Amino acid sequence: MYHKSKAYQTFNVFNIVFMIVISLICIIPLVHILAVSFSGKAAASANLVKLWPVDFTWDAYVKTMANENFLRSIWVTVQRTVLGTVIGMLIVIFAAYPLSKENSSFKRRNIYIWYFVFTMLFSGGLVPFYILIRNLELLNTMWVLILPGAVSVWNMILLLNFFRGIPKEMEEASLIDGAGHLRTLISVYLPISTPALATLSLFTLVGHWNSWFDGLLFMTDYEKYPLASYLQTVIVQQDFSKVSVRPEDLENISQRTVKAAQIFIGMAPILLVYPFLQRFFVKGIVLGAVKE
Amino acid sequence: MKQTEVVHKQDATGKSTAVAASTRKGSKWRKNIVLDMMLLPALILTFIFSYIPMAGLVMAFQNFKPALGMTGSEWVGLEHFEFLFSIPENVQVIWNTVIIAGLKMVANLVVPFIFALLLNEIRRAMFKKVVQTIVYMPHFLSWVLVGGILIDLLAQNGGLVNQTLTAVFGIKPIFFLGDGDWFRFVVVVSDVWKEFGFNTIVFLAALAGVNPALYEAAEVDGAGRWQQTWSITIPSMLPITIVVGTLALGNILNGGFDQIFNLYNALVFDKGDIIDTFVYRYGIIGGKFSFSTAVGLFKSIVSFVLIVAAYRMAYKLANYRIF
Repeated sequence: MYHKSKAYQTFNVFNIVFMIVISLICIIPLVHILAVSFSGKAAASANLVKLWPVDFTWDAYVKTMANENFLRSIWVTVQRTVLGTVIGMLIVIFAAYPLSKENSSFKRRNIYIWYFVFTMLFSGGLVPFYILIRNLELLNTMWVLILPGAVSVWNMILLLNFFRGIPKEMEEASLIDGAGHLRTLISVYLPISTPALATLSLFTLVGHWNSWFDGLLFMTDYEKYPLASYLQTVIVQQDFSKVSVRPEDLENISQRTVKAAQIFIGMAPILLVYPFLQRFFVKGIVLGAVKE
Repeated sequence: MKQTEVVHKQDATGKSTAVAASTRKGSKWRKNIVLDMMLLPALILTFIFSYIPMAGLVMAFQNFKPALGMTGSEWVGLEHFEFLFSIPENVQVIWNTVIIAGLKMVANLVVPFIFALLLNEIRRAMFKKVVQTIVYMPHFLSWVLVGGILIDLLAQNGGLVNQTLTAVFGIKPIFFLGDGDWFRFVVVVSDVWKEFGFNTIVFLAALAGVNPALYEAAEVDGAGRWQQTWSITIPSMLPITIVVGTLALGNILNGGFDQIFNLYNALVFDKGDIIDTFVYRYGIIGGKFSFSTAVGLFKSIVSFVLIVAAYRMAYKLANYRIF
């Protein structure tokens, strides 16, 4: 009934306009960066570029792709993202399954839960962590980018809550048919958990792709910098001393259009992957996070 | 009392049942060993990377010298903690953190709440999906990239924002990232820009869970949309709002390291430096290991108490449990 009232119709029009404005606010900064990256050097430094490239050119991308340090850092990031996502997901899956059991059938569950949750609440802090990594001789290795963050307690909780939503009868049937826990997990739980697994994989993958601080902190050798750490140094800190030695490189790296191109390349994989996984993650998070 | 009862029962039922019970218990233990094995990698990694550094906290009570190690360094008791509260600059850092985190907390509760209410009124499914896809997206970009974009957008001479402000309102360019008060403003607004869409998800889920029969009944009774929102929609969002709000309370000493670190500079240290960035600059870069560990420990303890209290409150007020 109210759908037809004049007031509601007016509100609806305003609401739609408002949503469009909000959406624009969310993407305009990205469009601007994209426009700068495709603009001519002179137009960009004269601040003539708004939302559309001026003097369209691929120049910035050509220079970026000719930059060895940049390419090397992409390779480091690709390696850590693939390896880190696989290892991280395996650990989370294998931990979430036992933790999703009832207290009555797996008594030690409560102790384990608190063992993990405590680390979310309390930590040793940055300095002791750094000293540990140094003592383990993990500085400048790929493992320092993967192992410390491999156990994501948050992801574990999301997945265990998802597992709990799976009907008990399926597990019982599987155990009666003679399958062990491992078999049950692989053949029963995992196939029906696709939305949750897709969601958590997306989170883990994006986390690795975006992670910059560990690279900055633990890689004294800049050749081992992941992409995000490289971008942090060059674009945000503007500290070129760490990544570039030749003066002719310096000019290329500090140019505004080149920086814009690097930012855009840095987010391109996320912009590509995210829309395909987005339909899963709303379902995955909601089922994991909100309970009756 | 209980124990004697158990013993008595075992005696009465005889030896055979006692043996059966113990083997049953044994097989159950063995059955669950598979579950323990599944947890093993996570247990070991957590022990190494989370629990061992906690032992390193003793440094906070020492004058830690890397050459002497934790066993050889001199003990100084609470000296570092006293120092933390005796220097005005240090206390300022704590205040900065609380102010920035508090502003973010309020903004990140109010904006997603209102946005979810408005988005819920959109009837066209396709349009709604497109809007959702767009507003969730910034959450997935790192603060390095967003920081890079903001530095470009907010530049005092010629950044797009200042250009627009000058063109539309005719005001002088604002030094967004070089002035303490503007810096805080930028920090809060950019955090909302990045996260409001994603924070909406949980509210939308609550809205989707409202029983449609309630709306139907209200409509039969002649309630308009505004009345329905006021007496059905908002009350049904209250529990999740309380949960989100109380859980955020535990983060009052987390101003957001990634964001601040990627936006700040020496010009805004007085109003923009938060505990985490301070610890990084002092502890790691400045080599003041013990003092910054003490600061970190202070933060950990306060946060721990607040988070535990928040969980209890969320459980009491909204009957919420996370696991």
